Amino acid sequence: MSEPVIKCESVYKIFGENAETMLKEANGNVDAKTFQENGCIVGVNNASFEVSKGEMLVVMGLSGSGKSTLLRCISRLTDATGGKIFIEGQDLLNLNNKELIDLRRNKMGMVFQSFALLPHKTVVENIAFPLQIKGINTEESIKKAMNMVKLVGLDGRENYFPRELSGGQQQRVGIARSLAVEPDIWFLDEPFSALDPLIRKEMQDEFLRLQEKLQKTIMFITHDFDEALKLADRIAIMKDGIIEQLDTPANIVLNPATEYVRKFTEEVPREKVLLIEDVMDSTTTEDIGDLKVSKDEIIENVAEKILTQEKTVAVIDNNNNIVGSINPTKIINTVFGGRKNNN
Amino acid sequence: MELFKKYPKLFQWIFLLIVFFALCFAIDVPETYKFIRGQAEFVKDPNQSTFVFLGKEVRYYAFDVFWRLPPLLGWLPIWINDSLFFLMNDWMPMEFWNEDTQEYKTRPLVLQITRNLTAFMTFLIELIREILLGGLETIVAFTSWDWIDANPWAELPGLPWTIVAAGSAILAYKLGGRGLAIFAGLAMTYISIFGQWKPSMQTLSFILVAAPLSFIFGLSLGIAAFKSKRVEKALYPILLVMQTMPQYAVLVPALVLFGVGDHAAVIITMIVAVPPMILLTLLGLRAVPPEVIEAGRMSGCNNWQLMFKVLIPTARRDILIGVNQVIMVCFSMAVISAFIGAKGLGFNLLLALNQLNIGLALEAGLCISLIAILLDKMSLAWANKQVDYFGNLNFFQRNKNSLFFGLIMIVGIALAYFGSIYFKEYNYLFEVPHNKGISTADFWNKGVDWIFDTFFVYIKAFNTWLIVEVLQPMRALYLRMPAIATIVLVVGAGYLIGGIRSALVVCGLTLFIALSPWWDRALVTTYMATFGVIVSCIIGFTVGTLCFQNKHSTKFMLNVCDIFQTFPSFVYLIPVMMLFGITDTSVLIAVIVYATIPATRYTIEGLRSVPSGLHDAATMSGVTKFQRLFKIEFPLAFPHMMLGLNQTIVFALFMVIIGAFIGTEDLGQYILKALSDKKGAGIGLTLGICVAFIGLIFDNLIRTWVDKRKKHLGID
Ligand SMILES: Nc1ncnc2c1ncn2[C@@H]1O[C@H](COP(=O)(O)OP(=O)(O)O)[C@@H](O)[C@H]1O
Ligand SMILES: [Mg+2]
Repeated sequence: MSEPVIKCESVYKIFGENAETMLKEANGNVDAKTFQENGCIVGVNNASFEVSKGEMLVVMGLSGSGKSTLLRCISRLTDATGGKIFIEGQDLLNLNNKELIDLRRNKMGMVFQSFALLPHKTVVENIAFPLQIKGINTEESIKKAMNMVKLVGLDGRENYFPRELSGGQQQRVGIARSLAVEPDIWFLDEPFSALDPLIRKEMQDEFLRLQEKLQKTIMFITHDFDEALKLADRIAIMKDGIIEQLDTPANIVLNPATEYVRKFTEEVPREKVLLIEDVMDSTTTEDIGDLKVSKDEIIENVAEKILTQEKTVAVIDNNNNIVGSINPTKIINTVFGGRKNNN
Repeated sequence: MELFKKYPKLFQWIFLLIVFFALCFAIDVPETYKFIRGQAEFVKDPNQSTFVFLGKEVRYYAFDVFWRLPPLLGWLPIWINDSLFFLMNDWMPMEFWNEDTQEYKTRPLVLQITRNLTAFMTFLIELIREILLGGLETIVAFTSWDWIDANPWAELPGLPWTIVAAGSAILAYKLGGRGLAIFAGLAMTYISIFGQWKPSMQTLSFILVAAPLSFIFGLSLGIAAFKSKRVEKALYPILLVMQTMPQYAVLVPALVLFGVGDHAAVIITMIVAVPPMILLTLLGLRAVPPEVIEAGRMSGCNNWQLMFKVLIPTARRDILIGVNQVIMVCFSMAVISAFIGAKGLGFNLLLALNQLNIGLALEAGLCISLIAILLDKMSLAWANKQVDYFGNLNFFQRNKNSLFFGLIMIVGIALAYFGSIYFKEYNYLFEVPHNKGISTADFWNKGVDWIFDTFFVYIKAFNTWLIVEVLQPMRALYLRMPAIATIVLVVGAGYLIGGIRSALVVCGLTLFIALSPWWDRALVTTYMATFGVIVSCIIGFTVGTLCFQNKHSTKFMLNVCDIFQTFPSFVYLIPVMMLFGITDTSVLIAVIVYATIPATRYTIEGLRSVPSGLHDAATMSGVTKFQRLFKIEFPLAFPHMMLGLNQTIVFALFMVIIGAFIGTEDLGQYILKALSDKKGAGIGLTLGICVAFIGLIFDNLIRTWVDKRKKHLGID
């Protein structure tokens, strides 16, 4: 496997006067309570994970659980108190100022919950801003920015000011700005949380469409579990600065690591999350019907087809080889009864 | 008892008032007490007592300590004076190279520094002045007089007025479009035709140096304070005092340090104009949302880019208010610094006022106001300018303004040349001389005379009534307060509003004034300011509320406030002197007009700040307009309005002090006197601090109250 794009090793972020000495004394055993008594707030507590190229990691957690702080550590908007962070193999915390700026100018893009647009610049100027900061001349940068305007579907509004746009449109500008320098790594901090539910759904779909086209390495932050399930390749669930579980949506739903995670998964409609692969029998029986379904399908999408069958259905992989089978009763169990299986 | 429990604060206030009045009645006026006119404190009088402190002898009239505190701080002005003189004349003498005599000379360090600063300022002013009006100083500065004699072609005249007028119109067009261009062109033409060209350009050159310098210094110091807590902490008390320090008072010490002339005026103007710029910069930078800063960082900004491309543009609204303030202060100072020998319109204005030539004063005042409004609008337009990226322009379209200006240059010079042939005596196409323009002064003077003749009886009657029935008794009441009673009242109010901390701050400020030799004077200043503030608030509040009922009138009123605010403070004295001559009434009316501006503005802005959601909710629950106004809008807008009261007090105090020019018997009179006193620096500065402290007492009380109230209402 190739090198991970983002790699965190025991990252800590602790706010407070003598955070560093306290962390050293704690010897890797950070307890939020004792720290709080000493005037320190634990933002991120021992986070270790990797994100590989083209993957979308969604960090999920309630407000105040340290999601933004984790993201700020990885983009080095704040310096982590302890641990190591590698971006494409470079030790992030050892970069000097110039290298850091270079990294941000070429490799990273970030989208913010409150949009964080520059109020004095028009749509196209906002999008061209990172390019101009990089030193690209006005004409060129405006031309590139116009392409981005088209990409996010704001053509015709390029000369509007942010205050003249709706929330959804403003966030489109935010997205376009973060993509303007064609970064490899894309950070999004609750980008759709400030939007209405309908617009949010529209933006999520649009976001998936963009990602299909662009294939960035993404860290996406949300407090909405449904959103996480919808978008994620893998989900990290945070609580009080600790990553409680990091896994694929299916595994999180099927095998919650802690009580806290299980609570989230309880209400989740499984058929929307699980793939055929997750519930199939890997043994093939003789009694197989004509219908074949791909192992990568989400159950919901093929459930109806399977349920109309009398016989067991064959499951195939990308190369049309049969890799397993699935019985209609299994589907019924998953949809209606499966919820208590994992207690 | 029930009531007492329900309104504990109310009873505390009543108790405070009872104590205050009890003290007032218990302490008799000493028989020897009289209000001291002139500068009697500094005349030897056998009735005076003396004490010696730090080697300085202080003379004063001794009273019962309850009636008036002894001036224990009387040595302070003398001491400030001596220190200043020591600094200037004896401290750290060093060898400095002298260009003129080509040898080393021994000079005290401070003197050398101020002289260099002075030379630098003079150079800048002369540079602009000579472009506009012609002259040789700048060229000589780079070469020598001998060189000029050898090369007579270098004796260039200034720009003809036609070029300057057209040039400013083009600049205005580039910045703000056609409307502004027409205004600029007309204003400049007016100034020229009415023979005010030379003084106007002198004033303009002064402003064009003072305003940008103040802006740059204010912005940089604001940034420094934003970046470093320590700088902020060091600056903050100075800024606070400077905000309420009357401009007159700064003149006097500057006179000692920098001498007389335009350069000193520029330096003083900077001292006055920089503090509000710093405060507003800091305020604006603080208000930038952290996510915007992070977005800037993630876009790859280095510190420099972050500051100038993200932070400052985002904080633009507040910074622009700062620029507006800088321009306002600069024009105010352009007039006031005529007292220390600045040339230009201000000087003419003061001279005309002194001779009671209202017509001439009016003309000068109008010109200075026109330039002020023009510069204000132009700076605003500049900041709001937008770039069009999509217009496909060719070379001529892109450079049409510069090309047009080039053309104007040629035409203007040609015109001026023909003018020099055509006009025998004065070349009107080059510059209309001061006394050869159209003058409306006679017309105005006749008008004034007519008003006086026609309405004399009424004006006089009103004047007498106001003075005898209102002002005199009010003043007597203020002076009748025993010092100890006043202090108890002020400190008590501080305690009730802001607890022990506020009480201590207010107590310190009051004690400083009470222990200075000018408590009586301070009382008179306070009385005039109080009267002005009360009337201004009533007017401002009413007008503001009425205007708020309609969108158009709201906008109109705010615009009116904007324009009025741009007028230099001295201009307000012209019409009132026209009507009421040299009396306290004149000063008070000027105070009222001037202080009504912030009162009105803040009333409107306060009402505006009420969330529209509440507005709708109230309407839906079926309240009438009046109920809505009194039950919802006023209570919610009140904190913001109180900040307006704060500004109103500062404006009123400034105007009262300026009113000394007309002749009032308050602190201002002494400040004005200190200007012509050899040892005035210490006195002027101490007096200024006294006035500033009066302002700060109210400032502290109001601000503390507003903060509490806002927390209570849950606003921001
Ligand atoms: N600059 C800071 N100083 C002190 N505490 C902070 C700071 N930033 C965040 N925190 C604390 O760290 C915790 C995690 O915050 P954050 O990462 O913003 O949460 P989330 O983004 O998940 O809502 C919170 O308890 C918050 O109060
Ligand atoms: Mg957050």
